[in-house]
Amino acid sequence: MDTAQHELEQVVYQRPESLMEVDTHYCPGCTHGVAHRLVAEVLDEMQVRQRTIGVASVGCSVFAYNYFNTDFVQAPHGRAPAMATGIKRCLPDRIVFTYQGDGDMASIGMGEVVAAAARGENITVVFINNANYGMTGGQMAPTTLPGQKTTSSPNGRDVETQGFPMQAAELLATLEGTSYSVRRSLHDPKNVRMAKKALRTAFEVQARGMGFSIVELLSVCPTNWGMTPLQSLKWLEEAMIPFYPIGDYKVNPALAGLRF
Amino acid sequence: MAKEMMKGNTAIAEAAIRAGLDAYFGYPITPQTELLEWMSVRMPELGRAFVQAESELGAINMVYGAACTGKRVMTSSSSPGISLMMEGLSYIAGTEVPMVLVNVMRGGPGLGNIAPAQADYNQIVHGGGHGDMHPIVLAPASVQEAIDLTVLAFDLAEKYRAIVVVLIDGSLGQMMEPGELPPMAPLKTAIPDWAVRGGDDGKRRTLSSIYLNPPDEEVTNLRLERRWQEVQANEVRYKEYYLEDARYVVTGFGSAGRIALSAVRAARAEGIPVGLLRPISLNPFPRQVIADLSERVEGFLVTEMNAGQMLDDVMAAVAGRKPVEFYGRMGGVVPFPDEILGEIKRMVNGQVPMSGHPRDRWLERMPRAN
Ligand SMILES: Cc1ncc(C[n+]2csc(CCOP(=O)(O)OP(=O)(O)O)c2C)c(N)n1
Ligand code: SF4
Repeated sequence: MDTAQHELEQVVYQRPESLMEVDTHYCPGCTHGVAHRLVAEVLDEMQVRQRTIGVASVGCSVFAYNYFNTDFVQAPHGRAPAMATGIKRCLPDRIVFTYQGDGDMASIGMGEVVAAAARGENITVVFINNANYGMTGGQMAPTTLPGQKTTSSPNGRDVETQGFPMQAAELLATLEGTSYSVRRSLHDPKNVRMAKKALRTAFEVQARGMGFSIVELLSVCPTNWGMTPLQSLKWLEEAMIPFYPIGDYKVNPALAGLRF
Repeated sequence: MAKEMMKGNTAIAEAAIRAGLDAYFGYPITPQTELLEWMSVRMPELGRAFVQAESELGAINMVYGAACTGKRVMTSSSSPGISLMMEGLSYIAGTEVPMVLVNVMRGGPGLGNIAPAQADYNQIVHGGGHGDMHPIVLAPASVQEAIDLTVLAFDLAEKYRAIVVVLIDGSLGQMMEPGELPPMAPLKTAIPDWAVRGGDDGKRRTLSSIYLNPPDEEVTNLRLERRWQEVQANEVRYKEYYLEDARYVVTGFGSAGRIALSAVRAARAEGIPVGLLRPISLNPFPRQVIADLSERVEGFLVTEMNAGQMLDDVMAAVAGRKPVEFYGRMGGVVPFPDEILGEIKRMVNGQVPMSGHPRDRWLERMPRAN
């Protein structure tokens, strides 16, 4: 009977080899952990763990280099795409990706990411949009929604004086050098699966030398949103998605025939 | 290899290429641009990496990433562009990865102008980004010296895992002069053990400038300071002219030192016992040499194309033992040898008081606009 049971056992869930066996510092319910796992699964599936170099940014994911079981460097705030460019140009046969928050990529680092995309830099950007600055305690980000309260927009973001939120996936999709620019969400299992598929595609774009790829992931920050994890998933779905529609904003037609 | 006529900027670029430069990242700015332009032709032609970055922020961080792979990398810029690079320089120092930076100084502050100046001495020698950090700074005074020091810069950067700055002013960058380039060195094939490479050898490596735990950061800072002591002990460079029997010493770096040499020669022709000390390594600074000189000479004249930045280092070395005078031109104005000769004569004629500050006395002598 033992043998029979053993034969029926099947591993359905285990730590991807591309993740370190350590606890992360992320808050309970934070989707940074989910995003890490998805990236790690993709690196495992593509069997590129031992030729990947990640670039961590400044934000809650600053210690990503402790969590991914790959080589990693850590960039100044916003500069990850420039650092990734330097690495990729020196080691063109490696997989190079950045992992950046919305303050990092869409505010202080907008110049670097736009330039990298315009150059068609053959790197992948994993972009976490949680509608605020998580690490510094929940200030307004370029992605903060109109009316959304943050510690630096205590009365809600007033678009008259504080401007409008930025839609990064759409914006980067306008550039010729971008091969792949999509938005996905991490608020439920179905969307998580879609996010994983998009990440896989983005890394495949790079592996095929097709140029710049970015996956924007709508993410939650229960701590600074002042919500429970469940409430925050609901808020993401109901408040964020209408402004940040899930979708493919640029898909290089050459991707159509590819199977992976 | 034979001597050929070369502009300072292109000579430096070609010297770096021949020293085995793997990757160059830069952004146009006068009076440095010929360096970037030369790289844009030569690097791709040789199958090496070249990117014209979106800004100096982009350039320095491309350098940062490339340096993390253990390759030979460099960037170049001029004053306003260097200001933008400060953040990246600090991260690079904190991560202990080697790089070479060429800074072709121009008139400032602000947008200033594109004429030659030396006003960024403090920014580089005593600054270079936040935190305790010490770039090695080399200041050539001729095209040939610029070539030689550029080659040396890469070796020093790798030896000490440090930033090495080749600091020149616009006139040296633009000047045509004969120089001899080194033969083409093969590209480095050995990968330093600390470099990220994607783990193809089964090892996992991370590089960052983060030490969240203050005692760890302190240990890192102490390591950097001890390494700097080593640099100070081994890498002081300077050139002496007519110092054996000199009773007065003129000192200046780069172009100011070169102009001072003409003045010193003219003074010697008139029988004035004056010599020149031209610091080549501004960091580490030839402090001891100046201290020793101050025991046997009667006075110093510091001449710079700024308001007396190296002056402070000279005064610290002289430590009040002998009078120090200062003469500077600023804002892109280059002094003539005659002006410095006049200053030498004034000093030798015994009008240098020990009281007051040389900068104040200099300002007193300079004309007022209204
Ligand atoms: C040059 C610079 N400016 C400001 C900061 C402070 N800072 C650290 S993290 C951060 C915001 C990060 O927010 P985001 O990119 O949205 O990532 P999250 O923390 O939300 O994941 C800021 C402003 C810094 N480290 N460096
Ligand atoms: S502060 Fe927000 S983004 Fe940062 S770890 Fe906590 S929940 Fe996640």
